[in-house]
Amino acid sequence: MARSIKFQRKTINTLIAWAVGLLIFFPVLWTILTSFKTEAQAINDPPLFLFFDWTLENYAVVQERSDYMKFLTNSIIVAGGSTLLGIFIAVPAAWSMAFLPTKRTKDILLWMLSTKMLPAVGVLYPIYIGCIKLGLLDSRTALVVILMLINLPIIVWMLYTYFREIPSEILEAARMDGASLWKEIAYVLTPMAIPGIASTILLNLILAWNESFWTLNLTAAKAGTLTAFIASYSSPEGLFFAKLSAASTMAIAPILILGWFSQKQLVRGLTFGAVK
Amino acid sequence: MRKLISIIAAVFTLTASVTFAENLTIATVNNGDMIRMQGLTDDFTKKTGHTVEWVTLEENVLRQRVTTDITTKGGAFDIMTIGMYETPIWGSNGWLVALDDLSADYNVGDLLPAMAGGLSHEGTLYAAPFYGESSMIMYRTDLMAKAGLEMPAAPSWNFIAKAAREMTDRANDINGICLRGKAGWGEGGAFITAMSNSFGARWFDEDWNAQFDTREWSDTLNFFVNMMSDAGPAGYATNGFNENLSLFQQGKCGMWIDATVAASFVTNPKDSTVADKVGFALAPDNGMGVRSNWLWAWALAIPAGTQKEAAAKQFIEWATSTSYIELVAANEGWANVPPGARTSLYENANYKDIPFAKMTLDSILSADPTNSTVDPSPYVGIQFAAIPEFAGIATDVSQEFSAAYAGQQTIAEALAKAQTITNDAMEAAGYR
Amino acid sequence: MTGQLTTRSIARFMMAPAVVFLLGWMLAPLITTLYFSFKKYLPLRGGDLGWVGFENYVKFVTASSFWPSVYTTLIIVVSVLVITVVLGIFLALLLDQPMWGQGIVRILVIAPFFVMPTVSGLVWKNMFMDPINGILAHLWKFFGLQPLEWLVQYSLGSVIMIVSWQWLPFATLILLTAIQSLDREQLEAAEMDGASTIKRFGYIILPHLARAITIIILIQTIFLLSIFAEIFVTTAGAFGTKTLTYLIFQRVLESQNVGLGSAGGVYAIILANIVAIFLMRIVGKSLDAKAS
Repeated sequence: MARSIKFQRKTINTLIAWAVGLLIFFPVLWTILTSFKTEAQAINDPPLFLFFDWTLENYAVVQERSDYMKFLTNSIIVAGGSTLLGIFIAVPAAWSMAFLPTKRTKDILLWMLSTKMLPAVGVLYPIYIGCIKLGLLDSRTALVVILMLINLPIIVWMLYTYFREIPSEILEAARMDGASLWKEIAYVLTPMAIPGIASTILLNLILAWNESFWTLNLTAAKAGTLTAFIASYSSPEGLFFAKLSAASTMAIAPILILGWFSQKQLVRGLTFGAVK
Repeated sequence: MRKLISIIAAVFTLTASVTFAENLTIATVNNGDMIRMQGLTDDFTKKTGHTVEWVTLEENVLRQRVTTDITTKGGAFDIMTIGMYETPIWGSNGWLVALDDLSADYNVGDLLPAMAGGLSHEGTLYAAPFYGESSMIMYRTDLMAKAGLEMPAAPSWNFIAKAAREMTDRANDINGICLRGKAGWGEGGAFITAMSNSFGARWFDEDWNAQFDTREWSDTLNFFVNMMSDAGPAGYATNGFNENLSLFQQGKCGMWIDATVAASFVTNPKDSTVADKVGFALAPDNGMGVRSNWLWAWALAIPAGTQKEAAAKQFIEWATSTSYIELVAANEGWANVPPGARTSLYENANYKDIPFAKMTLDSILSADPTNSTVDPSPYVGIQFAAIPEFAGIATDVSQEFSAAYAGQQTIAEALAKAQTITNDAMEAAGYR
Repeated sequence: MTGQLTTRSIARFMMAPAVVFLLGWMLAPLITTLYFSFKKYLPLRGGDLGWVGFENYVKFVTASSFWPSVYTTLIIVVSVLVITVVLGIFLALLLDQPMWGQGIVRILVIAPFFVMPTVSGLVWKNMFMDPINGILAHLWKFFGLQPLEWLVQYSLGSVIMIVSWQWLPFATLILLTAIQSLDREQLEAAEMDGASTIKRFGYIILPHLARAITIIILIQTIFLLSIFAEIFVTTAGAFGTKTLTYLIFQRVLESQNVGLGSAGGVYAIILANIVAIFLMRIVGKSLDAKAS
């Protein structure tokens, strides 16, 4: 009796969960499907789900028009570079805030978060002029630095909450064994914090990948990322749903694939100290 | 000694004639003609050795991007695609390289006078027109015949409204007329401004006071909204060029008044289900002497202070020359060449007989940006006023109008708000 | 004694790079924004036209669109928070149940977070909400109803829907991990004591999720205050969807009045700091609770 109730429950759960999941995922699914349709079929009434002329023409057009590899490479370099740079700077900061807290620690943390609340467009002109003067307009360097600065508060905060999870006794024990500060960080702290660091890296990769304001406004032909790539497919004249879908699929595919492979890390690590 | 001098002279001439291959960066809009040009860039590289990198953006984003760059002298782009709105303003500020030394082969005199005029400041050309358009009526010949009406070559608004109502067939999903209602100074705003000119209205009087409290503007909006409620598609408040194009191509519009370039789309059997049933007429007027067609050009300009001026000029010459037009014709057919820039195109035997060519030319020739309104006005431009503040003001005003189209406020409310917004902004900018 | 001093200086030294960078990042734009806000700077009409005192500040708040933009911003932030937290709890509870293919369902639910805001805006606007060709229009027509003009009639609601869709995965994930750490024995004990599902939820599960919820609120508020791409791409600020950030964008890039836009930026910072202090009260307590 009990086993069949459990089986029933599991089935119902599965049905509901899959229905909800597909509903949420539907826009993404539809975009991918539409990328394989012709423009005329993309707006067909009634909408076509599976039975249409599957074609790769949209991908061919997109590939011909825009240098996808260049945009992809730039996105990877900018997102990866800014995240790694951020981790380098944030790990020491988060470490000291977690293990050597002072009265001001909480205030500093919240101040850091508040720097994220400055609307980017308000500082467009000063930053743009600054980049011109430094010769960094349309360069990946400028993007890496700026995106790092934008996400640094989040990186510091996430690492801070993970480090606080680590019991200090272990670190004290290592210290008493005579380990120097750097050894402590490298051999004791880091291995324990790897899940936390990994999910911080993942979250920041996603945030940096999707950042569109600075990546659009500070770049021209050389440093454009996938956000600039998408910008050339939105609302031109004529029909464009299918081409936009193809371009969108190409833009989000890398990060979707990354997310698929790392979802366990993401889920496991995203505690934010929310877990007692 | 003489030998030495001649050797030195030879070396000088040699180096002078060897131009280093440059890499040009161009910012442009993502419409069909530009995308086509991007595909044909190899021809330019073959002829001059210079390479071109393309940055293609949607119109609004492009405008902001290039404006930011040019006002800060960023130099991110060597060539910019701008329109009739920016060129006079930027030219007068000295931000653009004057195009007064183009080669004789280029034949500057061949450019349509309205185009060259709209892209100059004090007689100097600052941007070379690549593409020109006006607006005209595209209508379904079969639906017109079915309603028992005949479209005159130069109809009036009253005729159009009558025809629209008679062609409307809601049961069969046919709207008598499809027009732009979408917010945006270049979308619905451009349309209603051009329309208002034919009703005797203007944006500003000669002292730069906003004119939305005049009877002419109220007549324009009331006429428009009444016609659209009876004969227009549902949800027209968010319909722009693309939406109307889609409707017309699917056979759901009896008439469509919009950019002349649309003609090549609606007569293309690949995308349009009504390709062979389209007729053309001049944009309507209201008997006051000014028609409601607008004038626009996309042109290529060079920011002042660029290091690659010579190469950029070569590109501009290549892209807006008759040989480029022939290149496109050879690759994609005469119906797809960029229209509206050169007189010679319309005299060309291959192009003259395309159904929409003559009406396009007539529309362009009948549009005069310097005399766009019935009563005198202090600004240049038909569907816009060529002052820097216009884009910001007109966007807000067109949003108020769209809200009225959507039924979220009355026309009177929309006009009152437009009046306040415009007067406040003009006062803040120092005009009054 | 010496040990304490060394620890503090080590701490400062390690925090230094982060603090220095962020300080620079905050001060440099802040100072330039303040600088411009006191000037009449119109790039298209001559550039720097001199000092004008507080004129920009006055003009910015007395514009008829200022207070509506503040309200719109707050409405969007609060609505998205409520929707993502409430739905997030339901989704997390659902995903916690035994089922087949849990991993796949999880990735389906997480997917929206990976999509670029611009792409999401475009996809929703063109492929779903378009009153003629969109999927929702087809769906409505299938049931014989007149399709809704989402972005015109329910513009703010549509924007909220799009943004909530994007942030729901984030909230769900955090709540899911919190739920998975729940003490099962406590729940089972309560069940055996005869407590109803609702009582179990209200007295055991919900309090356990309190910290997760406050963290979601904190992080999402930071991002939601400055959303831009979704609005730009769907409504361009029309029909009542103009947020404070969008208004500033209009002043800087459309009207080309950098001075006015900078004054707006200062107002945005003030608003954000008010919100930050407010949040500090709520979250600060939770941060303290973990002091080991």
